[in-house]
Amino acid sequence: MANEGVDHGRRRFLTATTAVVGGAGVVAVAVPFIKSWEPSARAKNAGAPVLADISKVEPGQRLSVLWRGQPVWIVNRTPALLATLAQVKDRLRDPDSKVADQQPKYAQNETRSIKPEWLVVVGICTHLGCSPEFVPEIKPEPFDPEWKGGFFCPCHKSRYDIAGRVFQGVPAPMNLVVPPYQFVSDKQILIGVGPGEKA
Amino acid sequence: MANVFTRIGDWVTERAPGMMPAYRKHMTEYYAPKNFNFWYYFGSLALLVLVNQIVTGIFLTMFYKPGAATAFASVEYIMRDVDWGWLIRYMHSTGASMFFLVVYLHMFRGLMYGSYKKPRELVWLLGMLIFLALMAEGFMGYVLPWGNMSFWGAKVIISLFGAIPWIGDTLVQWIMGDYNPADATLNRFFALHVIALPLVLLLLVVLHIAALHEVGSNNPDGVEIKKKKDANGVPLDGIRFHPYYTVKDLFGVGFFLILCAFIIFFQPTLGGWFLEPDNFIPANELVTPAEIKPVWYFTPFYAILRVIPSKGLGVLAMFASIILLFLVPWLDRGAVKSIRYRGRGFKIALGLFAVTFLLFGAIGAGKSAEWIPAIFGANADVSGIEMHFGWFLLAIYFGFFAFLYVYTAFGYEKTKPVPDRVTTHA
Repeated sequence: MANEGVDHGRRRFLTATTAVVGGAGVVAVAVPFIKSWEPSARAKNAGAPVLADISKVEPGQRLSVLWRGQPVWIVNRTPALLATLAQVKDRLRDPDSKVADQQPKYAQNETRSIKPEWLVVVGICTHLGCSPEFVPEIKPEPFDPEWKGGFFCPCHKSRYDIAGRVFQGVPAPMNLVVPPYQFVSDKQILIGVGPGEKA
Repeated sequence: MANVFTRIGDWVTERAPGMMPAYRKHMTEYYAPKNFNFWYYFGSLALLVLVNQIVTGIFLTMFYKPGAATAFASVEYIMRDVDWGWLIRYMHSTGASMFFLVVYLHMFRGLMYGSYKKPRELVWLLGMLIFLALMAEGFMGYVLPWGNMSFWGAKVIISLFGAIPWIGDTLVQWIMGDYNPADATLNRFFALHVIALPLVLLLLVVLHIAALHEVGSNNPDGVEIKKKKDANGVPLDGIRFHPYYTVKDLFGVGFFLILCAFIIFFQPTLGGWFLEPDNFIPANELVTPAEIKPVWYFTPFYAILRVIPSKGLGVLAMFASIILLFLVPWLDRGAVKSIRYRGRGFKIALGLFAVTFLLFGAIGAGKSAEWIPAIFGANADVSGIEMHFGWFLLAIYFGFFAFLYVYTAFGYEKTKPVPDRVTTHA
């Protein structure tokens, strides 16, 4: 049990290498536990594309379908509503849909859609995830005297126009998300995959 | 026969000789200042509520079924079909609110009497960690019944993490384990609520008390009683925790339980403040409640988030409002602890801070949406007035911390002389 002749360098080396090996072990074993919180195979499966029948959606009406547990709105816009898109432009935060993550390339246009009359957006406010209300009438509203139709979030009073573009001076930072979608036919929209993409 | 107990006692002592000294150190020979007042009830009351939450919580898990398809119905089953289930559930839900009530009062006491100051910084930090763990515990508990407010509350709170640059969206999906709050989310919150966080809470509470007993309790005069001791090394102004303060605390417990019993038996939802009406509707991912708002104990922080019209800044301000409380021991450079002997500036600032906290609570609870039309007329711009008033309150809230530093670090504070011993006031 003599303390003389202790090789401190060797002792430090052994302590350090043991700590490194042990630390690597802890990190390695943490990975499966952290990964277990990822969406499971079942959840991913349930997040598969959804087919929506739009044949019965009249002009001015909205259809709500569930995709990945989120409401996706399909709005059949009237010519009058489409005409408002240019009128509200200077009151919007991102009128030209420049934030690329909010819509696929094929919806990065004036109407934010593939076909002008059909708007497809995720009905979740980009502020804190509430579901805004559909207020399509072009008439003064308590929350906006110059209302041209669009979406109004009751939670924190964010407003979007009829293309899901966010107004200035509201808490929501970005336009509503346009999900990937494609027209399977004139009567059906497939939500979850874009034109030419595979499910 | 008394001999049997003595002999069992001796048998244990022989094998665990440290037990009785530990009991004496923390109970019969823990000398607490003799001038504790009303504000010193809330530490032991918090401990009482913690025990209540654990006991009622264990019984609730015997009947509750986690899972998006079963949770709501199992809570209704507890309320309607389980014998006395309603009582156990209301004890738990009322206990949650009372926990925050006593903890807020306990924290305010610490601010008033400078209990966070040297040598008690560690006690304060551990206390703040308990507060954080308690917020997580309360939030996840509120999600479990899977009512509509549970669902949308979870969605809003989890989406706060989406404001973190780069990793935000991935992190949100990781927390939820799905693309939306779902079965997976509910199940993991259940695990965290009933086992992980309670273990953390218990450990932190033990450390909080251990750290306190190392340095000794502060008191309404902010005098260090350990500086004046008698020949036996006992503080002159100290009295034994047991039996003196156990008896005093029991008196407080009596009043507290009467109040709790009144709420549990007559007003279990407390008009929507303890249990919100929207949470008696099953979770519906397509229909948002008319107004998403958290339970009252989160409303002040929620209001800070709401009055800032930018998600990133709002989230930042909300977290900052809590983090700054951690730093109070170092922001406050004043030598005098108790508000009794501190400068007028501190008294006014602390008063304004407390009022601001309450007003934020009212805004977060949606009360301002009712008050503003009543004050400014039906055509008032509610959100505009709310936002501008909110900014004014933000200035006071954050200004408090800046003021505290400037006021004490640059010698602006005019304090009164602090007595040598505690004052046994008339």
